[in-house]
Amino acid sequence: MNRPPASLIDTVRGLWARTGTTGAVYLALLLLLVLSSVYVASQGRNLFTTANTVDLFTRSSLLGFLAIGQTLVILCRSLDLSVGYVAALSTVVAATTMAGDPSRIPLGIAATLGLAALIGLANGTIVTWLRVNPFIATLGTGLIIKGFLDTNFQGPAGDVPAAFQAFGHTRVGVLPISTLVMVGLAVAAIVFLHRSRTGYHMYAVGGDAEVARLSGVRDRVPVITAHVLCSMTAGVAGLLLAARFGTGSALVYGNGYELEAIAAVVLGGTYLLGGRGGVAGTLAGVFILATLDTVFNVLAVDPFVKDVLRGVIVITAVAIYARGRPSRSAGRVRFPSGGPPPPVPDPSPDPTDPPSEPGDAVPAPITRGGGR
Amino acid sequence: MTAPTPSARRPYPAALAAFGRGGTATVLLLLVLVFVVIATQNPSFFQGPPLMAFAKKAAPLVVLAVGQYLVIVSGEFDLSVGSLVGAQVVIAARLIDGEEGVTLPVIGLMLAFGLLVGLVNGLVTTLLKVPSIITTLGMMLVLFGAVRYWTGGAPTGSLSESFRVPGRGGIEDVPFLGQLPWAVLIALALTVVAVFLMRSPFGRSLMATGDNDVAAAFSGVRVQRTRTLAFVGSALMATVAAILIGGYAGVTAQVGQGLEFTAITAVVLGGVVLGGGRGTVVAAALGALTVEALFTLFNQLYLPSTIQPSVQGLIIIAAVAYAARRGELRLPGRLRRRPDHEPEPPLGTPRR
Repeated sequence: MNRPPASLIDTVRGLWARTGTTGAVYLALLLLLVLSSVYVASQGRNLFTTANTVDLFTRSSLLGFLAIGQTLVILCRSLDLSVGYVAALSTVVAATTMAGDPSRIPLGIAATLGLAALIGLANGTIVTWLRVNPFIATLGTGLIIKGFLDTNFQGPAGDVPAAFQAFGHTRVGVLPISTLVMVGLAVAAIVFLHRSRTGYHMYAVGGDAEVARLSGVRDRVPVITAHVLCSMTAGVAGLLLAARFGTGSALVYGNGYELEAIAAVVLGGTYLLGGRGGVAGTLAGVFILATLDTVFNVLAVDPFVKDVLRGVIVITAVAIYARGRPSRSAGRVRFPSGGPPPPVPDPSPDPTDPPSEPGDAVPAPITRGGGR
Repeated sequence: MTAPTPSARRPYPAALAAFGRGGTATVLLLLVLVFVVIATQNPSFFQGPPLMAFAKKAAPLVVLAVGQYLVIVSGEFDLSVGSLVGAQVVIAARLIDGEEGVTLPVIGLMLAFGLLVGLVNGLVTTLLKVPSIITTLGMMLVLFGAVRYWTGGAPTGSLSESFRVPGRGGIEDVPFLGQLPWAVLIALALTVVAVFLMRSPFGRSLMATGDNDVAAAFSGVRVQRTRTLAFVGSALMATVAAILIGGYAGVTAQVGQGLEFTAITAVVLGGVVLGGGRGTVVAAALGALTVEALFTLFNQLYLPSTIQPSVQGLIIIAAVAYAARRGELRLPGRLRRRPDHEPEPPLGTPRR
């Protein structure tokens, strides 16, 4: 406390070190909210009317469920492209199991989450035991579900009792129940990641599976757990969709939920190659995407322009993170991928060279240097 | 990688070794198996014209798979090809609008547009260090939205007759075969070009980049330039595929949808390893043929077309699981990139 400026800097540094990019993401969210409310106001409208705020929160809940699960999977250096299909299947399972009978609501929820967990278990098993690239494995299970849905459910199926539809429509003030559930789930996920053994192991396996294994971590367990949890959050998203629509709708898989969820995760500062990031950042990423959608809606932007803007914004945001990343890894990545070739002027190195330098450089790029 | 090595002077044994190791033999076996099943269902399938019809339908996917191969082998993904194909077809229809005279200039413009898209994909991925899944996913959204905004939601205009020739025309009255489609010749030519490209210094650099980009950078490969060129190649191939698909099937709002995943399926079925550094062009092309043959088989078995995705999903998981099993048996150290992998084989050993 003797040197206030230094301690201030230290505090900021400490905050940065503890929160990583998460702090930056929340700053970006705040900035986006301020900028867009000013812009919307300059257009003679109000961004924070009750209707708009409810719309913003409603949009965030569905994407939030999908993105929380996706975060766990991506932290383990895996990927889940099947969440959209799992959500679609879940709407159908929930609606047909409940069949309009309020007393069957618990059964419907249990059946939906149970089936989703089984799909997650299949995903995790295929990825870990069969060593299939997660991109292909989950794309494959997604396609299998798609074929099943296309063949058996052409139109709306089942009936969701009014009591359960309340999950989709009830709100407390401006906060929909679904958003509260989503935020609660996010908090649970954060606690899980930071307080449980499996949570720590997820970061370890995502950082380097081989090192984790050599350190005594059963490297398959966290990955399978992440996939099961991810599919279950997709199942919750399906329950929410079923509650909103009042029926099972198989065709919602066409909405590109999986890609949007991945975008939210990456926007939230989670490293696509695993091991870094967290659910808190993802939550901010979800709200950023939801805010953008709401703003586009308020300004009545052409839906096709919306797609263009969304694509550009996601790329730009990730590019900015990539720029900021070296602050944490510069010490380890000596030769960032694609950088100019290292200065090795002598093609035939002197055999008497001290071996410490190459020995030092080799392990670091092997674990992280392959990042794009 | 670019230095002339003894094995570069003896390409034949090297190629033979790659044939056994890169999964080419496996996918060839699978293709033959599917063909045999098709033949038992429909004995006339191999009588020239039906076979050529099949080849004509498969040609665009072969072209796309070869393009996707270039990107995958360099360790990246290109998810934008499906929507690039869609965008190109819609652009062609809108600009040509039935006028024969502008066909060639419009094709030139399409190639330039493809070049631009590939360049943007490549530069954003390499210079801005955005993961290629996100880059090309963003490009997919941008192309999808931009083209629909430009045309007001539904494709307008129409293609000229001469534009449709590469996709559905061919050399008529060939003995036995009937029509020899241009599309097949184009796909074949591009595959051959890609095979020779992968043997050139550039191809070796591409392969080395995908295997381990840090080691490649150490060895003097310009990793960023190499990867960017791979994206450009993929986008140009997608443009050619768009010309073929537009000619074959005409203009619809759905054209190109989901093609990126089909192309990746084809490449992976050919035993090309996601993550880069392993696999051959021929295997990728054979993978594309196998995927098309499977679709044909489903039609002949009168499976409901809606079940096709399920079978496609099962097959790619099985194929990759099989390839992963082989990989673990043969190349444990390098596949897992362990720090303590066994020393590199001496220079001159074929890297594929």
